[in-house]
Amino acid sequence: MTIAVERDTGSNNAVPNARKKIGIPKEIYPGECRVAATPTTVKVLQKQGFEVLIEQSAGETANFSDRAYENVNCQILPNAAALWEQADIILKVRPPQPEEVDRLPEKKTIISFIWPAQNGELLDKLAERQATVLAMDAIPRISRAQKLDALSSMANIAGYRAVIEAANQFGRFFTGQITAAGKVPPAKVMIIGAGVAGLAAIGAARSLGAVVRAFDTRPAVKEQVQSLGAEFLELEFAEDGTGSGGYAKTMSKEFIAAEMALFAQQAKDVDIIITTALIPGKKAPLLITQEMVDNMKPGSVVVDLAAEQGGNCEVTRPNEIYQHNGVTIIGLTDLPSRMAAQSSQLYGTNLCHLLKDMGGAEDYKVNLEDEVIRGALVLKEGEVTWPPPQKPAPVNTQKAPTTPAPQPAKVAEDKKPSKMVWVWLGLAGLTLLGIGLGAPASFLSHFMVFVLSCFVGWQVIWNVTPALHTPLMSVTNAISGIVILGGMLQISGSLTSATTILGAMAIVVATINIAGGFLVSQRMLNMFQK
Amino acid sequence: MSNSLITVAYIAASALFILSLGGLSKQETARRGNFLGILGMLIAFGATVASAQVTGYGVLVSTLLPGLAIGALLAARVAMTSMPQLVGILNSFGGLASVLVGFGSFLQAEAALTGVEATIHDIEIYVGVFIGTVTFTGSVVACGKLQGIVSSKPIALPGRHFVNLGMLVAIAVLLFPYMQGGETALTYLGISCAIAAVLGVNLVIAIGGADMPVVISMLNSYSGWAAAAAGFMLSNDLLIVTGALVGSSGAILSYFMCKAMNRSFINVMAGGFGEGASGPAAEITGTATPTNIEETVELLDNAQNVIIVPGYGMAVAQAQHPVSDITKILRKRGKQVRFGIHPVAGRLPGHMNVLLAEANVPYDIVLEMDEINDDFPETDVVLVIGANDTVNSSALDDPNSAIAGMPVMEVWKSDSVIVLKRSLSSGYAGVDNPLFYKDNTMMLFGDAKQNTTAILAKLSESATPSKVLTTA
Repeated sequence: MTIAVERDTGSNNAVPNARKKIGIPKEIYPGECRVAATPTTVKVLQKQGFEVLIEQSAGETANFSDRAYENVNCQILPNAAALWEQADIILKVRPPQPEEVDRLPEKKTIISFIWPAQNGELLDKLAERQATVLAMDAIPRISRAQKLDALSSMANIAGYRAVIEAANQFGRFFTGQITAAGKVPPAKVMIIGAGVAGLAAIGAARSLGAVVRAFDTRPAVKEQVQSLGAEFLELEFAEDGTGSGGYAKTMSKEFIAAEMALFAQQAKDVDIIITTALIPGKKAPLLITQEMVDNMKPGSVVVDLAAEQGGNCEVTRPNEIYQHNGVTIIGLTDLPSRMAAQSSQLYGTNLCHLLKDMGGAEDYKVNLEDEVIRGALVLKEGEVTWPPPQKPAPVNTQKAPTTPAPQPAKVAEDKKPSKMVWVWLGLAGLTLLGIGLGAPASFLSHFMVFVLSCFVGWQVIWNVTPALHTPLMSVTNAISGIVILGGMLQISGSLTSATTILGAMAIVVATINIAGGFLVSQRMLNMFQK
Repeated sequence: MSNSLITVAYIAASALFILSLGGLSKQETARRGNFLGILGMLIAFGATVASAQVTGYGVLVSTLLPGLAIGALLAARVAMTSMPQLVGILNSFGGLASVLVGFGSFLQAEAALTGVEATIHDIEIYVGVFIGTVTFTGSVVACGKLQGIVSSKPIALPGRHFVNLGMLVAIAVLLFPYMQGGETALTYLGISCAIAAVLGVNLVIAIGGADMPVVISMLNSYSGWAAAAAGFMLSNDLLIVTGALVGSSGAILSYFMCKAMNRSFINVMAGGFGEGASGPAAEITGTATPTNIEETVELLDNAQNVIIVPGYGMAVAQAQHPVSDITKILRKRGKQVRFGIHPVAGRLPGHMNVLLAEANVPYDIVLEMDEINDDFPETDVVLVIGANDTVNSSALDDPNSAIAGMPVMEVWKSDSVIVLKRSLSSGYAGVDNPLFYKDNTMMLFGDAKQNTTAILAKLSESATPSKVLTTA
């Protein structure tokens, strides 16, 4: 392999002065609106040292005019044939169509979606042409490759658009409202599969105001779902569906039965179901049966994002929106293409990142040592290199999104002493002076104790939390029963004297106060629990 | 026991009382605080029993035991919703004990005192009896109001301010013949005591039910001052310290309550609410939207963030237990449920907290107004249960409202508000509540307990949609 690499770089450097040329053809797949480079990404490519050629009106369907490309010094070529001939590297969105393959000169490099598992015939044809092909769909889903992960960026758009399409078909508000004309309940949306598309759908549905529930076989995504404000539906069943590469694996029979029961129950309740369940290289799992759809309320909507891979819903018709017993089934497969400007921009940026990782125009090479490049490479000058050698699945290093709770800064109240304070201080001083002049020493010592105690009480009580005001009061109540001492000091005379009788009565009531106060406080405090 | 030892014991008791009150400032230390208070009381009591001055043990035991029994019985039996009454009646006992001690002290001639000291002693008795009496009768009336025996509406006699003032002057004037001494002094003390009794009644009866938190804490404070006065007349520092502690703590609590209503202490004590408004309050237009149990449950089911704002109505209806169960169910379903407590909610400072604690609501989800007020905009549903003035938006919007400027729970900033209430009638302050007519407010009319129980039933019926039992 290493030898092959060297040979490759050698051949590419045969014409050292010629800049590497990137060609952007117009997509010819019916209905495809995206384009592999936008004026913005063209600038990035040029900065990397590439010369960019573009076919006339390639960006038109994505709202990028030829003029816009001209403005960034793009060379516009009048037809596809010239472009395919001149360019060294072809950037595309859809896999090359048969007529494109036919016009492909030998030893070119193509970067696009390929789906090599499904498109064996295409692969063979490309191999005949000695092409080097990188499949954007085969880029390994590891952290480092996230910026090149076109599947994620397209899934993100598909998830968002799925909600928009659903909203378009759905006859009610998403958000609950209370209006003068009556109450509007919020729409309930169930999203199956909380991958990139699912999470994007959750976010979009939530921000439209719907009540969102999401299901996924991988328990790890629970936090992500909840962080977006959706409810995570769980089965009372312990089976981890985490497969490799960020996808789910196929689950056991029992699990699927439980899962189907959940969906059947939810189908009766929710207004919109969006399914995003895909298992790589296999037909999409059937999750929503015809019976479930029949049980949905009239006016409900099902969006099946897996329509292209066979559909998660039994009644889905690919590329079609139709009514099934009053339920609208959306089986569109071109959701990213329906937001062509956005998806072209994201896809184009993914391509820029890939080309940069490959060394830019100067050091351009297909490095087989690079795990990402090796994963994406399906053809190496006609030699089939797909599938790449299996590597052990990386340990789940996904970090839970942390939302640090903002600490509300406590602003200390800044109270300025008013003039009244001085008046009061003056009055207090005069009072003290009067007492000092008139009162005997024995009184003063008691008075000092009294004043100091007032201040101590003041300081101590100031910090009491309001929740404890009632227990505090009953305790202070009990403590004020200390007046019992007064009664006790008065009962030692003759039994019939008025003082003794009064003292005895005082003891009775003060004891009630003390006992009642302390005991009821204890009762209350025992109830306070965390 | 020598005098020095007794003094040391009293010092220990004072310190324990201070530590006790300090301990009550936090949930974690509150139980220890109560225990320290009991310990202090036992030490003080033991030292006094052991002192040479006390010899009437027979009388002591025969009075102590019934007192203990009655107190314990009261404490064990009282329902948590009746806590304000209990605090009120215990207060009245404190005041009564001070009065009795005052009279006893007056009758127990202290030959040793002469000149200025004798005069001061007499004044101390006079003042002690006065404060004690006001505390006693005032607390009895407050208790009656809370129990519903006396109408909780403010009962304002015409010209009551002048009557009260006249009574105060009369008591002050009576001090002079009382000070002349001799046989008639006791009569004058009795007359002044009787006037003080009427004064106590008149003061409290003019104050309405919702101002009771202030009244109760004020009376609590008075009972402390009465004890301190008793301490002065008996030259007992422990009584002075304790009385002063209780007195100042009650005063601070009253201050807190008043601040929470944006009213001055004088304003509350003067009673008869609503005189301060300076112009016609804004007319409230619009209609209130009634709702039902089903809609309420649906809203709760769809909410992520719920705040419950209870008021006196919850206490009256004894709805705290169903409310607590609703909270548990919602929390189990992963929703954030918290309680927002206005400082003057209920009839006693901290009343709501005690009720919720009784119903096993964890105290860390029960927040004060200041802690939670900023969170309302991010809240999906607010349940207002039996609160009215504390959630009245006119306090902030309408400068002419009688409660203008009072800090309130800003529940209307949330997505939707459900008010559980008997009718649209105005609350204690007599101010219509614009909250009820807001677009995002729905009224769930009826008894709070019945309604919360119905919500609870419906809520537990709508079995968690997220859980499915598997047959596997």
